[in-house]
Amino acid sequence: MKISLEKAKQICTKSQYGEATWWELLQLNVYLLFSKECSDFSAKNKKLTSLCERAGLDTLSEDDKDDMKKKLKEHF
Amino acid sequence: MILRTDMAAYKLNPDNWVDLYADYLFNYAIARVSDAEIAKDLVQETFFAGLNSAKNYKGDAAERTWLIAILKRKVIDHYRKINSNKGKAEVRINYNASSESEGDWLEEQVADPFSRDGDNNIENEELGLAIEECISKLPKKQSLVFKMKTIQGMSTEDICNELGINPSNLWVMIHRARTSLMGCMNQTWF
Repeated sequence: MKISLEKAKQICTKSQYGEATWWELLQLNVYLLFSKECSDFSAKNKKLTSLCERAGLDTLSEDDKDDMKKKLKEHF
Repeated sequence: MILRTDMAAYKLNPDNWVDLYADYLFNYAIARVSDAEIAKDLVQETFFAGLNSAKNYKGDAAERTWLIAILKRKVIDHYRKINSNKGKAEVRINYNASSESEGDWLEEQVADPFSRDGDNNIENEELGLAIEECISKLPKKQSLVFKMKTIQGMSTEDICNELGINPSNLWVMIHRARTSLMGCMNQTWF
């Protein structure tokens, strides 16, 4: 049942994507009761998720980037 | 490898432009043209223009700031081109045909002075660029995995298959990326 702080933080990150198992969530929630550092990290992690959602980020695919690099070299 | 002596003098590094700045410029462009294909073309044109005018780069601004300045001109040119294609700028107003709303149309077109939409859009754009800037400071693989998972919303399985990593590696990389991003954005946004 006992996990390290780093492991608890990793589960916290996984839970931001809804991919932590129920057992991992149980371990995390127990950890959060006793660790202020972990609960601070958890709060920041949630905030980061909401900031990313609010920003509505877009990204180019790797194929698009490869194509851009190719054209850039051809152009040169 | 792309290298010219005038670039070397002021430390322009076009070989890394796509990896370092493409997403940042793309987010800047898409916020202004609202079309991914057009935004992509504008970014590509910005890189071309950057190469063509490398001799004008004095090193006063950071490479990214210099590319953004070029992109701004490209966005303006894009809208000029649209307007010149139309022959002249058009103003479209949707009149409400309903007789019950007769006389209300003018008031409906006037901007709501209490609306916060404009401010929110600007703030969200600043936020997006701040996140992009922090992402660009991550190690390449961490940045790639974070983007695939968080921005593109790909499944863990698909990312692992594409990059040839296992789920444990993926979560460690995402965790490290997020921890770095929290540190990078801490002062302004948290």
